[in-house]
Amino acid sequence: MGGPEIIAEIKNKIPDFVPLAVLQNYPDEINIKVSPQVFKDTCLALHKILFSAVAALFALDERKERGCFEINSIFVDFKNSRWITVSMDIPQENPGFDSLAKSMYSASLFEREIWEMFGIQPKGHPDLRGLRLHNEVWAKENYPLRKDFRKMQSGNLSDYKFSRVEGDGIFEVPVGPVHAGIIGPGHFRFSVAGEPIINLELRLGFAHRGVEKLFEDKLYYDAVGLSECVCGDSSFAHSLAFTHAIEKISGTSIPMQAVYLRGVFLELERMYNHVNGIGGIATDVGFSFPAAYASIIKEAILQLNARLTGNRYLKKVNTIGGVLADIDETKKQVLLGSIKHLKRDFNELVKILYSSVSFMDRVDTTGVLRRKTAEDLGVVGLIGRASGIPADLRKYFSGIYKEAGFKMASQESGDVLARLRVRISEFQESCRLIEEFAARLNKVEKSRVEPELKAGSALGYAEGWRGPVLYWVKADPAGLIQRCKIVDPSFLNWQGLAYAVLGNIIPDFPLCNKSFDLSYAGNDL
Amino acid sequence: MIHILKNRILKGIVTRQIEPELSKEIEAAGSELRSLIRKKFGRSLHIREIDTGSCGACESEIIAANNPVYDLQRFGINFVASPRHADCLLVTGPVSKNMLLALKKTYDAMPEPKFVITCGDCALNGGLFKSSYYVEGAVKDIVPVVLHIPGCPPSPLQIILSLNALLQKA
Repeated sequence: MGGPEIIAEIKNKIPDFVPLAVLQNYPDEINIKVSPQVFKDTCLALHKILFSAVAALFALDERKERGCFEINSIFVDFKNSRWITVSMDIPQENPGFDSLAKSMYSASLFEREIWEMFGIQPKGHPDLRGLRLHNEVWAKENYPLRKDFRKMQSGNLSDYKFSRVEGDGIFEVPVGPVHAGIIGPGHFRFSVAGEPIINLELRLGFAHRGVEKLFEDKLYYDAVGLSECVCGDSSFAHSLAFTHAIEKISGTSIPMQAVYLRGVFLELERMYNHVNGIGGIATDVGFSFPAAYASIIKEAILQLNARLTGNRYLKKVNTIGGVLADIDETKKQVLLGSIKHLKRDFNELVKILYSSVSFMDRVDTTGVLRRKTAEDLGVVGLIGRASGIPADLRKYFSGIYKEAGFKMASQESGDVLARLRVRISEFQESCRLIEEFAARLNKVEKSRVEPELKAGSALGYAEGWRGPVLYWVKADPAGLIQRCKIVDPSFLNWQGLAYAVLGNIIPDFPLCNKSFDLSYAGNDL
Repeated sequence: MIHILKNRILKGIVTRQIEPELSKEIEAAGSELRSLIRKKFGRSLHIREIDTGSCGACESEIIAANNPVYDLQRFGINFVASPRHADCLLVTGPVSKNMLLALKKTYDAMPEPKFVITCGDCALNGGLFKSSYYVEGAVKDIVPVVLHIPGCPPSPLQIILSLNALLQKA
């Protein structure tokens, strides 16, 4: 038994609360098993106690093993550096559960996902339209994440109903899925009165590739490569979260050398994406010189990645038990030398941007996402930090970041400028962190160990550049993956964008969109 | 403004400043590409890119090929915003079910003569996602393809070299 104080706190909210079981398999995870009758109340109680939105809510098909479906809901407890999972079993006939979405909005998208992937109905959910399986091409009664799903059976196809805004002078502007730039696919539907946007509906899922199903029945090792291709610009954060889950299950302890190396690579990934995003913001206000300048810095970091690891996007670097690319003394000098140049160039870029009045005018007070909205939606990562939510897994969950004196970036105003400022200070902080980590690398220690295969389930996580990337993995004794639930920060943050653009004009949409810089592939899985 | 002028002078022409070996390769491949495009297309080749469900790494490399370091545009290649302006369609990703119609419509919207190039391992045959319930698989079964650029993702130099190989044959 573990975590009795959290049970006591839940009892304060629900006097007759009795959990079926409380498990603590890992120091940073507590699992509370409850009956379906109290599941909703327990989740709502934790939501209030921890001030945490739902970090993940997902189902498992356990019908073959135990004759039921299992629902897990994960909350983050920053104060005690741990994750709290509430789980329940629900019977396999006409599966359903009481929807949380009306009391806790952040559960809404996850429940729609459970409905379309498993056919488990969240009763009382206000909006059960499809997310990723578009009904124009996919018949409704096919639930791909059920274990007995083989291939789509034919059935009724239907059109998607966009929510409509009606009235005098209101018109709709549909955009996508094929956009004008070199970018992923997604559909945006603006309802506009005059110039200002009064509603934006996002329809995503165009890049859905069935990633979670593909993980199933794969061996640990084979699946690392797949995790790197879930979201191409966060391939290291994704492989890190995945390997973290597997390492927890197998009880592998990672050599410190590998921990520092992973820190270096994670920050390099953050740097090239942040500078890319800053350049994108400049592009979208038509300020081409700093945009070109930023792309030169990005290219320099990609080339540095290639020199250190042989891969520009840090693919094939992570493995279960450590990293495959060690940084020796020569490479360390290359790394530190490059960081010095990058810092200088980056500071010039910032100066160019800040000294342009017309640029500052465009980004200031544009696309505001208020803190309250962000909290309700469960917005995470850098978008959350720009709206005043002080959350960063690196600060609360990582030993090496504490040791390096990590300072979390934070802004209050929630506009494009705030997001730009967060990215600028995170880039600068990343440079400092890499220098700290590099100083702690040593020549003698190995950069990986061999893990053992074990059965179990665990949550792996990493703070990628967009925000927390979560991998909940369940594996059998042979090391085959039974279920892999992925939560990319984009999944929660896209909703934030739909609110941030309200009242802004359509020509500012690209600017707002780029300041959020979300992934289509990571959202669509 | 003063910062822009200062940095313009300090940076110089960046296409010549990356690793000397790589710079030479890019220049050699690029001038070949330029003369091929001059010969076969008059002056320029206009490409429309479409993502049919890629992870985003291929897009990142295609964008990188347009940055000041590689600067594909100086060899005569333009990436355009509409299929109606394009000679060539560059397809990435394993073609998810949701993108099938969009891919066909984009291809149909292009004026003749036109051709299709696939970019990245997913677009060849579905790659890692081949066996998925939601992936249509090879782009070449949907629209006619004349060239595949291999890689996961292909580097900007690889993109230039593959285009050269194609244009030499054509």
